Formats: sequence, structure tokens, C-alpha cells
Amino acid sequence: MSELMKVSSNPHVRSKTTTSQIMLAVVIALLPAAGFGIYNFGLDALLLILVTVASTVLTEYLFEKICKKRITIGDYSAVVTGLLLALNLPPSAPWWIGVVGGVFAILVVKMLFGGLGQNFMNPALGARCFLLISFTSIMTNFDCDAYSGATPLANLKAGAEVNILDMVVGRTAGTIGETSMVAIVIGACFLILLGIIDLRIPGSYLISFVIFISLFSGHGFDWPYISAHLAGGGLMLGAFFMATDYVTRPITKNGQYLFGILLGILTGIFRIFGPSAEGVSYAIIIGNLLVPLIEKITLPKAFGKGGEKA
Amino acid sequence: MNRLENQQAGKEGMGIQVKERLLNGIVKENPTFVLMLGMCPTLAVTTSAINGLGMGLTTMVVLALSNVFISLLRNIIPDKVRIPAFIVIIASFVTVVELLLQGFIPFLYDALGIYIPLIVVNCIILGRAEAYAYKNPVIPSLFDGIGMGLGFSVALTCIGAVRELIGAGEIFGIHVMPESYVPVSIFIMAPGAFFVLALLTAIQNKVKINGEKKGKDMSKIQSGCGSDCMNCAESGCSRRLVEQKVKEDKNNA
Repeated sequence: MSELMKVSSNPHVRSKTTTSQIMLAVVIALLPAAGFGIYNFGLDALLLILVTVASTVLTEYLFEKICKKRITIGDYSAVVTGLLLALNLPPSAPWWIGVVGGVFAILVVKMLFGGLGQNFMNPALGARCFLLISFTSIMTNFDCDAYSGATPLANLKAGAEVNILDMVVGRTAGTIGETSMVAIVIGACFLILLGIIDLRIPGSYLISFVIFISLFSGHGFDWPYISAHLAGGGLMLGAFFMATDYVTRPITKNGQYLFGILLGILTGIFRIFGPSAEGVSYAIIIGNLLVPLIEKITLPKAFGKGGEKA
Repeated sequence: MNRLENQQAGKEGMGIQVKERLLNGIVKENPTFVLMLGMCPTLAVTTSAINGLGMGLTTMVVLALSNVFISLLRNIIPDKVRIPAFIVIIASFVTVVELLLQGFIPFLYDALGIYIPLIVVNCIILGRAEAYAYKNPVIPSLFDGIGMGLGFSVALTCIGAVRELIGAGEIFGIHVMPESYVPVSIFIMAPGAFFVLALLTAIQNKVKINGEKKGKDMSKIQSGCGSDCMNCAESGCSRRLVEQKVKEDKNNA
């Protein structure tokens, strides 16, 4: 039989890239932010990152061992989850916060729903919100050896002056990985150059967020104010690393634009009208929950369907 | 002689039926973990073990009493208006229980709040009225109500205890966790109710499946087909009833 006659089920287009390669690239792209966090906050941050990553990987291993499933820790997705979660923790958090968060992220958000590819929301963000609700005082205490007092975003909300240069470089209080816009953008550029993420979601997210801020914040199109909002908090980390998570973003192109715009509006609402200064993580997990609906309304028409009825 | 034997057999049969009804409510058809009924109070009031227990026992009282009365009146209530009739009976007992709680156990009355009047629309009670009490004699209906109510109480107390333990470090208000324990307060908020309900249902299923694997015959706790077809696992039975009905219709025609 000739090659042409071969019949197989889809998918027909296959890529040589493997899941573990992609995840490894994301880990590498997160290293600048993690490194800056350690430089900024000291060895406590390093310890917290290590504990969190170890607990996510170990949870995934133990769960699969106990349930007699194939061990999937080799695809590095648990490492990505642990690293992202650690970057979202305040440096002063005790080590067990990382363990509780890591176990929750992997066990409840990911494995109970069927493992990688089946989770309905970003595991790291799910765990961050779990921790934020459970241990509010620990998770919003950004006092540490290097800095004391509120995050720049909280100052901004309170109407105080903020130093934008410090915020861009990252010399501020905040969670371990969110402070340095420069480090995050370096990692994001690495991923974009490799073609692992594209600008659809981050672009539409940031643009819609800027538009929302200039319309509703009461400051108008005030560039210092807007850039402080862009550089402050977890917006950059969320836009480039968490909103673009392959599992929990829409797969259709239009859906991705819609998803980004939705996140921009939600973040704006939470930051300006909400009681707390930050709202990126809640915006993204709410967006994650709406992904099935977004995909439904942006489903492309099959060839030959629709059009004028004869 | 024969009649005496029959009576004795009847009495023994009654005993078996009572036991079977109780076990059915607590284990086999546990309203919370198996039937998934009455989710609103299950999720809302189980912030502590005592609240769960209070809600469960309150519901049990209403359930047992309404089952008895519906069973007594089952030949009088016209088929077409049975649901309003059930609701009237249930609502009367809920009002009685509510006033009693307010008078004698005020702290529980305050803790359960709006969920006491809402027992009227608890679907376990209406479900048992429709599926069991309306078609069965008084005594089995009473024990059906008690069994279901006990099952509900056990489930709510378990959920409440786990939530209280993790979310506040206490059980029944007694501090049991070490001083250094930081309570995971999400467990006494709404999301915690879902986590714990899912967890306990999963454990319950796992135990049941393991029991079946070990060859313990779980089916021995039979529903004893009191034409309880709504919750009956044996589809053959309902088919038989349908066939019977078809036959009757044919005969009538």
C-alpha cells in the first residue's frame, strides 16, 4: 500500500517540541525574576522558593505513586507551578506556607481534576488565592529585612508618591518575584523569541488595562500614574507567565484577545474599585473559569458551514 | 396457631424492616453523601460541629414527624394536590420546631438563623414524603424518617467537625490543635464546605468500593422494595411495575 493511502486519526500536524522542553524554557525564563527576588530579599526568599518547588514536585510524585499512575514529574510542570507560586509569596512568609500552597496547588487544583492539561484554573494562582483567603495577615505582610511598610501599589492607592524607577528595577516591597519589571520582561522576551508564548494575551491584557485605568481611575491619561500601575504588583508576572498558561487560556485566537481584554477590565475593576490594592490573581482565575464560554463563542466556523442560505 | 405464627413472623419482619430502614438512611442511601440531597443547609450551616449536629437533629425531628403524618393521611390526600398537602404538613412541624428552638436552645436558633424556616423546602423531607411515606405504612415511614435524619445528622456533624478542626483548630468548641497551629480560615468559609463535602464523599465511596471488593455483600442492606422506585437501584423492578401498569391499562381498555 502506498504512503498516500495511510489513514490515521488526528492530530495530523505534530511538533517536535515536547512538554518538558516548554516547561523547562518557562523555568529558565522565570530565573531572572527569581534571582532578582533572592538578591532583593535575601536567603529567606531562596529557602521559600526551594521549599515550595520541592513540595509541588513531591506532592505530584506521591499522588501518582499512591494512585498507581504514570509518574509525570519529568515534564517539569510541577516545577513551574512551584516556582510561580513561590514568586507570588511575600518573602517574610514562613516555610510552611509554601508547603500548604504547593500541596493545594498540585493535589486539589491539578491532580484531582486529572493532572496536567485537565486543570480548570492555574494551579499556582489557585493556591495563591487559597492562601490569600486563609492566611490574609501573613500573605499581605510585606515587611522584611530589606523593606518595611506597604507595597508601592498600596501607596499608590492611598494617594502617596511612588518612585517609578525603583518599581521598574524592582527595589520595592512586594512578593518575591513580582517586584522587578525588568527581570520579568527579560524572561518574557526569552519565551516570546522561542515562540512559546505570543503577545496576544499579554498585549490585549495590558492595553485594555491601560485604557480602563485612564477612563475610570479619575487620573485621566496620566502617564506616571499609569506606568506605576503597570510596573507595580503582579501585573507583569500575571500577564506574561500566568495568563498565558497553555492549559487555562482559550485555544482560539479571537478567544485569546477576548480573554486578555477581560483580564484587563477585571484587574482594573479590582485595583480601582476593590478594597485591596492588588487584583491580578483574582482576575486571572475568574478569567480561567470563563475560558470554556469564551471558547464556545469564538469557535471558528468549519469550512462550508454558515454563509447565505440558498 | 397458624395465625399466631403469622403474627410472630410479621413482628420479626417488622423488626428487620425497621433495622433495614435505619441502615438504609444512614449508610446505603445517606441523603448527603449518596443521594446528594439537601445541599443548601449542608454547605451553609456546617461551619462548626455543633451547628451541623443541631441542623441534622432539627431536620430529623421534622422528617420523622412529617413522614408519620403523611403516611397516616396517605389514603386521604388526593393525588393531584399531594405536594401542597406535604408542604403544609412539613411547614407546620417546622414552625413548631422553630418555636421550640427559639424558646429552649436560643444559641442554636441564632446560629442556624434563616436555615430553620428553610427546612420547609429541604428536598430530603419532600423527597422522603413523595418517595416513601406517601406509599408506606406508618411505622416503616417513621423509621425511614429517623434513619434518613440520622444519616443527615451524621453527615453534617462530620462535615462540621472537619471544617471546625481545620478552620478553627477546635471540635465542639474545645481547642484540640497545638497552640502553634495557624487555622486555615478558608475552611469555615463557603469554599471550605465544598472541599470537605467532596473529600468526605470520596472517602465514603472508597470505603464502599473496598468493602464490595472484599466480598462484603453491601446489597444485603436492601431497600426492601416498598415501591421506592425513585431511589431503587434495581431497574428491573421499575420495569416490572411499568409492565404491570401497561397490562392494567390494556385490560381496562
